[in-house]
Amino acid sequence: MVSVTRVFAGLGSALALAACSATSGGSTDAKSASAATSADDAQKSLPFASTYKAYPGEPTALVGVTVFDGVGGRIDNGTVLLRDGKVVAIGASLSTEGYRVIDGAGKFVTPGVIDIHSHLGDYPTPSVEANSDGNEATDPITPEVWAEHSVWPQDPGFTRALANGGVTSLQILPGSANLMGGRSVTLKNVPARTVQGMKFPGAPYGFKMACGENPKRVYGGKGKMPSTRMGNFAVNRQAWLDAIAFMKDEDRKRDLGKETLAGVLDGDILVHNHCYRADEMALVLDMAKEMGYRVSAFHHAVESYKIGDLLKENEVCSAIWADWYGFKMESYDGIPENAALIHQQGACVIIHSDSDQGIQRLNQEAAKAQAAGRRMGIMIPDAEVVRWFTLNPAKAMGIDGVTGSLEPGKMADVVLWNGSPLSVYSRPEKVWIDGALMYDALDPERRPVSDFELGQPGEGDVK
Amino acid sequence: MKRLFKCAAAALAMAASPAIAQDLTIVNATLAIGDGSEPIADGVVVIENGKVVYAGARSGISGFETDKVIDAGGNWVTPGMVAAVTDLGLYDVGAVDPSNDAGAAKSRFNAALDFSEAINPASQHVQIGRARGVTRAVVTGNPGGSIFAGQGAVIDTGADPQPITKARAFQFVTLSEEGAKIAGGSRSAAREELRNALREARDFAAGRWQGSDNLLTRADAEALGPVIAGTQKLFVEAHRASDLRAVLALKREFPALDLVLVGASEGWLVAEEIAAAKVPVIAESLQDLPERFEQLAATQSNIGRMRHAGVNVAINAATIQNMHHLAQHAGNLVALNNLPGASGLSWGEALAAVTSAPARIAGFGGKLGVLAPGAAGDVVLWDGDPLEVSSAPLQVFIDGIEQPLDSHQSRLRERYRDLDESDLPKAYDR
Repeated sequence: MVSVTRVFAGLGSALALAACSATSGGSTDAKSASAATSADDAQKSLPFASTYKAYPGEPTALVGVTVFDGVGGRIDNGTVLLRDGKVVAIGASLSTEGYRVIDGAGKFVTPGVIDIHSHLGDYPTPSVEANSDGNEATDPITPEVWAEHSVWPQDPGFTRALANGGVTSLQILPGSANLMGGRSVTLKNVPARTVQGMKFPGAPYGFKMACGENPKRVYGGKGKMPSTRMGNFAVNRQAWLDAIAFMKDEDRKRDLGKETLAGVLDGDILVHNHCYRADEMALVLDMAKEMGYRVSAFHHAVESYKIGDLLKENEVCSAIWADWYGFKMESYDGIPENAALIHQQGACVIIHSDSDQGIQRLNQEAAKAQAAGRRMGIMIPDAEVVRWFTLNPAKAMGIDGVTGSLEPGKMADVVLWNGSPLSVYSRPEKVWIDGALMYDALDPERRPVSDFELGQPGEGDVK
Repeated sequence: MKRLFKCAAAALAMAASPAIAQDLTIVNATLAIGDGSEPIADGVVVIENGKVVYAGARSGISGFETDKVIDAGGNWVTPGMVAAVTDLGLYDVGAVDPSNDAGAAKSRFNAALDFSEAINPASQHVQIGRARGVTRAVVTGNPGGSIFAGQGAVIDTGADPQPITKARAFQFVTLSEEGAKIAGGSRSAAREELRNALREARDFAAGRWQGSDNLLTRADAEALGPVIAGTQKLFVEAHRASDLRAVLALKREFPALDLVLVGASEGWLVAEEIAAAKVPVIAESLQDLPERFEQLAATQSNIGRMRHAGVNVAINAATIQNMHHLAQHAGNLVALNNLPGASGLSWGEALAAVTSAPARIAGFGGKLGVLAPGAAGDVVLWDGDPLEVSSAPLQVFIDGIEQPLDSHQSRLRERYRDLDESDLPKAYDR
């Protein structure tokens, strides 16, 4: 049964190819057509494969706009060209012949907003017990669960994230009750009847882990291990050792949990580790070295500013709020300058939400974090700050080859804002996903309404 | 002129003012009064004995005597924000129970609880709120063992040991889904709990109360006396349109009740009736999702639509993730004006929704949350538009006294400004 690991690893690398193949002339390596074909075949053979298809769009030129490209660039009075679901070009003076021209004078364009930490669908609204599907809190180690099996596509929260937040892609994670909470799923924020219809084609899986208070509280409270932070690490390390043994076992049977851990150890599944405290993050990094995996991002990392050097050295992103603090013990040292200090150390900043409200204002959270830095003398340009909610999350989710920035050949995931995205007074005016206009503030017909809200008070309201 | 101002200030003196306040004049301000009006260029604020004696255009006064002049350099000046309703000052860390006095689910008492006794003015949250421009708060704990939470307080966030502006300023009761659950599982039960409590309180006040025949404790029955008499406000949390109507109907049986609605996620559906009943609302602002069935119609236009119907409405701080996000929420309501179909607030109204409106609803109209003669000298000087997310206070005054803006957070920031430990560990870096 060597083939299990082989097949698994093969799918992982095929996924990486699929992600790259969608890019032509972008920032990542172009892959051959044959590689793309085998990647597509591999995609189809995956369980619960994506059935997402981009909706029709028309060639569109946004002119006279201020462009933040997501890679740190800014163009004033610029033009953005979208065609066939892709970004064609951005620049100062481009021909718009053959495009529907939208005059964006005074308006701003960014890549679609990406939230790396969401529970939409697995903790949907209405947040009633019957819909509470985010934590398989029956065992501290549940790598066998997949968040996509809990996602309710009719969660009205998806529509708010689109209309008010300009969110075009998002990662849905299991909760943090467990040390190993299960696989995440990356979605396109396009309404669909099934979760497969929302799955981001070619996106690698993520794997949710959690440090600190939550796992030890949940299981300690049940009189089982872990009830301490040292218990957290012991249980984690044993799970990794078991997975390594599984990978070496030539007579193994399929094991959903260990297949996920093997995927992590093979580098195909990206680790997203809920971890507040600096000292715990440092321990996790050593555990990862011991076991042979990488951490893609620490989430809720309110103390990253204490170890920016270590995070840079290990190339780990910090997915953070702008200024949440003090709601639990491990958040007591949260400070609003966290993002700026991480940035100053040269490490990767991501603004995340973990909230069906916060996901509607990631741009504002980034602006707050930028301003807190400015007040302590750390000046970070607007165009760089936009990266915190576009390209950086894409990178930590393994989809930066195809989205997250306005580079030619990338998916036309684009937000037209009615003012600076770093102002409280601005809102998305139009949002395109793969070149299709999915939200238009000026057209009530371009506003999604979930099944749940039909025939109920406030249906189709501006929200 | 100075003498004249002093007379006015003395007439409006409030309880619990600190002893010493330096007379102070802020000039060259972009001045927002907080009463709903739009900002004034070249504004002046004069504070004497801890009270505002003048706030308006430079051209409105001929001269002033003062101890200290602050040139705002064109920066924004506003009244301090008033956070209502909040548990500010009742906890150090929300999830660390021993530090948290906001809930008392196992107490034998409910309406009698006096949250002013639990306020900790040294809480980091108070310090951080102050540094973010929140100078007063309308504070209550949460209902736990009963639909009644207890008696809330109006506090200041000043760096002094006496935070109480007014103790027992209001009683808080919930008729939300949570209230129904607390009462035994049904809205009917919650309403009967409320009616019974008010009747027993009425009996107690009339000397007709027999302990053995009653459900309330003596202390709770006594505490509800001022509510029945209308001398203590009754804050009622409710969200669903039908629940809001039921609250308004309470006045039929208990006409003296001085009602305030809290939450009111579906308030916009009942806006005309609320306006006609002249019941003020401390309302959900950006909550736009059906988190619970009682919030199906939730929308960010809730406050704008109620305001346009003539409701006296403030932004509720209770369900804002962090209380210091108040200004951000107000700014977002201004942003709605540019969204077709949405209802927002003008800039001046939005500021009022976090300053004078909550103050007025809490019983401090003209005295808090507004820069008007006789009002407390709670003033914030900002480094930008106060409703913009990138702005922060430069200076904060409470009762005319300049406040420190440092905290645990600011100390951590300074310690970790760099990661240099070449000489000594960070623990020595202070």
